[in-house]
Amino acid sequence: MTTQKTNIPAAATVATGQKAEYSLTVYTENQIGLLNRIAIMFSRRKINVISLNTSPTEVDSVHRFTIVINETEEVVRKLCRQIEKQVDVLKAFYNTDEEIIWQEMALYKVPTDEVAEKVKVERLLRKYGARAVVIRKDYTVFETTGHREETDSLIKALEPYGLIEFVRSARVAIIKDSKGFHEKLKSYEKSDPGEELIENEFLNQQDEVFTM
Amino acid sequence: METLEIAKAKKAKAETTSISGSVAVLEALIAENVTEIFGYPGGAIMPIYDALYDYERKLHHILVRHEQGAIHAAQGYARASGKTGVVFATSGPGATNLVTGLADAMIDSTPVVCITGQVFAQLLGTDAFQETDVVNITTPITKWNYQVTDASEIPSVLAKAFYIASSGRPGPVLVDITKNAQQQLFEYAGYKKCDHIRSYRPKPIIRKEYVENAAKLINEAKKPFVIFGQGIILGKAEKEFTAFLEKGNLPAAWTILGMSAIPTDHPLGVGMLGMHGNYGPNVLTNECDVLIAVGMRFDDRVTGRLDKYAKQAKIIHLDIDPAEIDKNVKTTVSVWGDCKETLPMLTALIDKKDHKSWLQKFATLKKQEDETCINAELNPTGEEMTMGEVIKTLNELTKGNAIIVTDVGQHQMVACRYAKYNNSKSNITSGGLGTMGFALPAAIGAKLGTPNNTVIAIAGDGGFQMNIQELGTIMQSNIGVKILVLNNQFLGMVRQWQELFMDKRYSFTNITSPDFVKVAEAYNIPGEKVTDRSALKNALQKMLESKGAYLLEVMVGKENNVFPMVPQGCSVSEIRLK
Repeated sequence: MTTQKTNIPAAATVATGQKAEYSLTVYTENQIGLLNRIAIMFSRRKINVISLNTSPTEVDSVHRFTIVINETEEVVRKLCRQIEKQVDVLKAFYNTDEEIIWQEMALYKVPTDEVAEKVKVERLLRKYGARAVVIRKDYTVFETTGHREETDSLIKALEPYGLIEFVRSARVAIIKDSKGFHEKLKSYEKSDPGEELIENEFLNQQDEVFTM
Repeated sequence: METLEIAKAKKAKAETTSISGSVAVLEALIAENVTEIFGYPGGAIMPIYDALYDYERKLHHILVRHEQGAIHAAQGYARASGKTGVVFATSGPGATNLVTGLADAMIDSTPVVCITGQVFAQLLGTDAFQETDVVNITTPITKWNYQVTDASEIPSVLAKAFYIASSGRPGPVLVDITKNAQQQLFEYAGYKKCDHIRSYRPKPIIRKEYVENAAKLINEAKKPFVIFGQGIILGKAEKEFTAFLEKGNLPAAWTILGMSAIPTDHPLGVGMLGMHGNYGPNVLTNECDVLIAVGMRFDDRVTGRLDKYAKQAKIIHLDIDPAEIDKNVKTTVSVWGDCKETLPMLTALIDKKDHKSWLQKFATLKKQEDETCINAELNPTGEEMTMGEVIKTLNELTKGNAIIVTDVGQHQMVACRYAKYNNSKSNITSGGLGTMGFALPAAIGAKLGTPNNTVIAIAGDGGFQMNIQELGTIMQSNIGVKILVLNNQFLGMVRQWQELFMDKRYSFTNITSPDFVKVAEAYNIPGEKVTDRSALKNALQKMLESKGAYLLEVMVGKENNVFPMVPQGCSVSEIRLK
């Protein structure tokens, strides 16, 4: 399998030898242990994983990892090939931010009385495209989805009002130019369906065992 | 309708039998034509060993003395025979003792299937007795691994394991089987070999246009130079490769693992590459105009300083593993594919040439190397024996027909530099990982894999002590391995570096050894120690003529160095002759 870059070559947007944010999209079988097999590709080279998301795909048995790292294209290209070499990996792509549509979701917990009193909640929500997920007497949870800068700026906006807790999801990304692979994947699944995932069915039967 | 259903049910029943997971493991091995297993029993693998008791005639199990010995033996077996080596080990310490061997097999692309016992599935994660997270420990050092918790998975998982281990670029596979799965009875519908996994493409698709581009470069080249690795041997492409070389009259040098793919005396074979390789191939790497790399991975011990490596040359790389292309050295043309298929395509397109003056250059540099260091190593005039003269004398007796298994260090480099090989797969050594203690167990495996061959383990006094317990395996299973210990009373390679680069500060490289001949004797292995040149040839002859195992210890010069040498951080053309 070839490691293919989609859409515009990264060189057009990122200078050679320069580190940049790359999103790796890895299509895999749904197998236990694969997360580790992929994660150690990065830790082995002492590369920090900025974000990692696992997700199902449009095809039943195929799983998808979206991994964000900050590295040079050279390093990312080699990594992608090493990942694709793994037996349970179907395909690995890497893309610059320009080549993908991406989103991250964030949740913010703030004291309700503070925001109710001091902030014009309505304006805040409109400005940041956020919405209230839960409104309780003691706290309110807002949610927003967008690029990093967007979720970051809402932190800043809410900090003065006693932000209690913040969490951001991993990046999910869709490759702009992915139609070709989608077709391939579908025909793949049809002619050669994936195997079923087998989990440990015995963990709750500890009392029934005799060991030596 | 009803009768049809009943008939169907009956038929289905007749096609399955109820067997245990353990029996399924052994049936899988038989179906995969496994004849030898290297292993060591223990609590969590006892059900498999219990089943093995009834299979003794079909499966020959060799009881080793340490699990590391088992996996190195399986590696030696695989490397000598071309078959997949099989290992049994128990959970916990049994499995962790396999780690070095797995790493070694991974980096040297050796097909090995390890089956480890694991605690009951119910106990996973409870810190049970001899529980270790073996699958996660071995993930970076296996091509694939899997934990079985239900017996019904065993046939298909082992079929996958054997397929993955031996196909494409081979490598080690580990299957961890919980004890309940070994004991469990299940409906067995027979064993079906695996020949396809949808997410796995062992061989990349060959692109004809790249083969054509490569041929064009070769045809235009004035100074083409072929460098080759173990890919030729693993791809069983020795004939195809020789035909390629001979048509184009292309000089070819081998990596340490590629050695023996062509006979060492082949007129186009110009020697070994790398840190302690031959002078000509190293120097001329930086003079050739087209460098053709076949089934090799540009290891740093081969390339030296990368930014000064073959910068003047156009580079063609033939490899089965796409991840190797452009990994260390940027290629001009890459030919992805199995070299057994790509080489004949390339041969058909290249012109017949003689490259006389270019080949002459290699001969000239060889002469220079002979005069500056080889002659002194092979025909020493001093009192002390050299490792080189021992290998030279051995060559005279074996005529290049023995399988030589080396350990790691000075003796390894000397053996690889000077030993003669007529047959493919006759040089077995730990190349990528450099595992001391490899030779003795690997030789055991090599002998069992090719019983008609003379198998000689060559080890230093340091490495031999690292898996010396395997003498017990040789004794118990009667394995006719010849052991040649080249004793310089030092950890020689490290000492050499200390001498050359660290002001002779011999920090902990001075090693004392037991009386090896006496140790062997305790294991019922006859032996001899030679300290004098005049006794060397007879002693070697006696070793080779002895019926079974034999140990010969040869005392060699304490502070001899291996030359030529490309010092670390230097370019290949900065190779030192002394």
